[in-house]
Amino acid sequence: MSRKPYVREVSKTGWFLKHPRYMRYMSREVTCIPIGAFALLLVCALERLSQGQAAFDSFMAAITGPGAFISLLVVVLFATYNATNWFNVTPKAMPVQIGEEFLAGKYIVGAHYAVWAIASLVVLIVAGVF
Amino acid sequence: MAKSNKPIFWSLFAAGGTLAAFLAPALAVLFLMATLGHAPGMLTYAGLHAFAAGWFGKLFLMGVVTLFLWHAAHRLRVTMHDFGLRQDSVVAVVVYAIAALGTISTLVSLLSIK
Repeated sequence: MSRKPYVREVSKTGWFLKHPRYMRYMSREVTCIPIGAFALLLVCALERLSQGQAAFDSFMAAITGPGAFISLLVVVLFATYNATNWFNVTPKAMPVQIGEEFLAGKYIVGAHYAVWAIASLVVLIVAGVF
Repeated sequence: MAKSNKPIFWSLFAAGGTLAAFLAPALAVLFLMATLGHAPGMLTYAGLHAFAAGWFGKLFLMGVVTLFLWHAAHRLRVTMHDFGLRQDSVVAVVVYAIAALGTISTLVSLLSIK
């Protein structure tokens, strides 16, 4: 090639800092880190549960205090953020066609939020929060 | 057509993301209460043991824990690439291995709770 091609320099590690849209994309993607950590916490909880009461009680005692509180608060916030993002794209992920028309996105999103509210309430009630 | 295992991991990602969207916030709130010393009845030994002893509890916990794991593993694999870590084959082995070990551990734990 005789001409020097134009190569746009793109940082491999900081590219998403260049545009708010990329930042929002990355903010959605990183929700997997607290969710994955929470899943591993559940794996540990079930393992300790299977080892008997003493093991489980010491595990639950280990996750009290400010550090654990902050960590779980991060999980709650990121999990909620993931949920809103997940439901907000459902009209694009699974459009509902009725005859010639597509069902308005707000109904699909709204239905997901309604089921989310009910499911959350059921979890809290069954778990004995109230 | 070239064979690809992408649909398997992607479908686990999508199923896990959907389940996490519906259930993860509420489940995390239960543990958040426990960190304050106010664990709800389900997060006491007696409560969780009774739940995990039944077939519904086993299925629920197995589904939730493993799908959360595989969702996070697949998304983390892609995110590592976005953060500039380009050794995808190594990243894939590590994240899927952790998810697989978590899956086996959960299965073993649940089956031993009677």
